[in-house]
Amino acid sequence: MSRRRRDFVERVVEWALRACAGVSILVTLGIVSVLAVETFQFFREVSPSEFLFGTVWTPLFFQKSFGVLPLVAGTLLVSAIAMAVAVPAGLLTAVYLSEYAPATVRRVVKPVLEVLAGVPTVVYGYFALLFVTPLLQQVLPGLSGFNALSPGLVMGIMILPMVSSLSEDALHGVPRGLREAAYALGATKMQTTTRVVLPAALSGISAAGILAASRAIGETMIVTIAAGQQPRLTANPLVPVETMTAYIVQVSLGDTPAGTLAYRTIFAVGMLLFVSTFMLNLASNWLRERFREEYA
Amino acid sequence: MTTVDSDTAIPSLAGVASLVSERGTVETPTKVDVRGLSFYYGDMRALEDVSIQIPEKQVTAFIGPSGCGKSTFLRTLNRMNDIIPGVRVTGTVLIDGKDIYGASTDPVTLRQHVGMVFQKSNPFPKSIFENVAYGLRINGLAASKTELADRVETSLRAAALWDEVKDRLSASALALSGGQQQRLCIARALAVEPEVLLMDEPASALDPIATQHIEELVFQLKTNYTIVIVTHNMQQAARVSDRTAFFWLGKLIEFDLTSRMFTAPTAKLTEDYVTGRFG
Ligand SMILES: Nc1ncnc2c1ncn2[C@@H]1O[C@H](COP(=O)(O)OP(=O)(O)OP(=O)(O)O)[C@@H](O)[C@H]1O
Ligand SMILES: [Mg+2]
Repeated sequence: MSRRRRDFVERVVEWALRACAGVSILVTLGIVSVLAVETFQFFREVSPSEFLFGTVWTPLFFQKSFGVLPLVAGTLLVSAIAMAVAVPAGLLTAVYLSEYAPATVRRVVKPVLEVLAGVPTVVYGYFALLFVTPLLQQVLPGLSGFNALSPGLVMGIMILPMVSSLSEDALHGVPRGLREAAYALGATKMQTTTRVVLPAALSGISAAGILAASRAIGETMIVTIAAGQQPRLTANPLVPVETMTAYIVQVSLGDTPAGTLAYRTIFAVGMLLFVSTFMLNLASNWLRERFREEYA
Repeated sequence: MTTVDSDTAIPSLAGVASLVSERGTVETPTKVDVRGLSFYYGDMRALEDVSIQIPEKQVTAFIGPSGCGKSTFLRTLNRMNDIIPGVRVTGTVLIDGKDIYGASTDPVTLRQHVGMVFQKSNPFPKSIFENVAYGLRINGLAASKTELADRVETSLRAAALWDEVKDRLSASALALSGGQQQRLCIARALAVEPEVLLMDEPASALDPIATQHIEELVFQLKTNYTIVIVTHNMQQAARVSDRTAFFWLGKLIEFDLTSRMFTAPTAKLTEDYVTGRFG
């Protein structure tokens, strides 16, 4: 190949790659701007304070009301249940894998956890609706067919691999010298783990927790299938609730005409969802960066 | 040089082994008595049949080229190697006459009596105070808050760090300079009042001034502690130690008074090493 031709190929490749990167940036910008424009349109008719602090959400009814708090409550309730499962279990798994497990066990458990993370969420959704809920109803007779508890628990199992994998990275990042220093002072393995390794990895572990929360808040399929579609301002996990994501699905699949105020609610809710998960991701990144600096 | 075959650069090791026991005889009481110790990382033998008597309340230096097993040997003395999977030890290590690899020895208790300072300073990401208090807390060595504070102060003074940090005990240990961090690690090790202090190249990452601080400290500490120090620095070994052991390829080649090791070593290998002909 001649020199000129080679230079030409190099340039084409470079431009092609640049174009790919550009497309993904443009798409992201496009989504955000559509979201922003529609949200702006929505807030011309509904005041932000009514939206953010109202306690009744009935945009699809004749008697319209645009208080988003019931959706926020539903989202938080399901996410809190998921976190209550995923954080302790994920952290314990991470500690076991990183500090205690022999290499052979680690070799088996890690891929299994990754499989768990790869299961399609629709499978988790039906698992919650058709298996976990009936099972729970045998011990909790008051449990409705749609409820926050069952999808919360299943979502917890779904995000557990993420928590354990990120926490394990954080534990793994604690320098060996710190562990040795603790052992050399007469610490047991347990003391070394709880008083040196875990505190040293805390910011990395928090980052994992926050990212998991962001994932739980944005999770759609499980709650759409198993939590119900009744916006309700409650902390009771036994009754049907509706999350922000499930509401967006409901309207998108329903017969609400595009361009109406009722239709625009999904952009406002979407914006709220986007802003909260974006903030959580930022916080998580910030914590992880800090963690990296500590042992640079 | 009678027992060494002077025609070859490498002396017969059997001859050297007998020299060690002949000339390494110790007048002061022996604190650590190692007999026929071999050490394996999996199938790789890192130490071969090491026997040495380390005297009480003196400074013993370990020298030798990189990879010869100095750190490995040091870490057999507080069973730090136990935390590495797949290692094996044979032979005996007696500290105060007690076999530390015997069934009745708990490595956790052993490490309270045999402290360690590492090459790379490794303070916990906690406050200066908490670093020193850590060993006291986990071992339940301080009955009250005042006793804890007293012992932290005593340890920081013993490590010649008190005056520099007394006004900022609650500041993060990571904000200290490298030399201060290393002295903090020494204070932390001293706080649990070990009898033996193992130091693995404690000054190798420090500038000359900080190094001098550490050396002076080692010199003072030997009135109360039995100290074993690994160093790559010949001058440092000569300055701080009473006795020097020279390791080569996992074997103890020669062990003698430092003054003799550096002026009239018996083994040709030792002479070559201390005069800087290899390593
Ligand atoms: N954790 C380990 N696993 C396997 N082999 C090891 C391990 N640690 C050390 N070794 C090997 O054991 C031998 C002795 O190592 P050691 O660290 O004791 O040498 P050293 O004399 O302290 O060297 P240096 O002066 O470079 O610190 C080397 O060949 C080294 O590669
Ligand atoms: Mg070493």
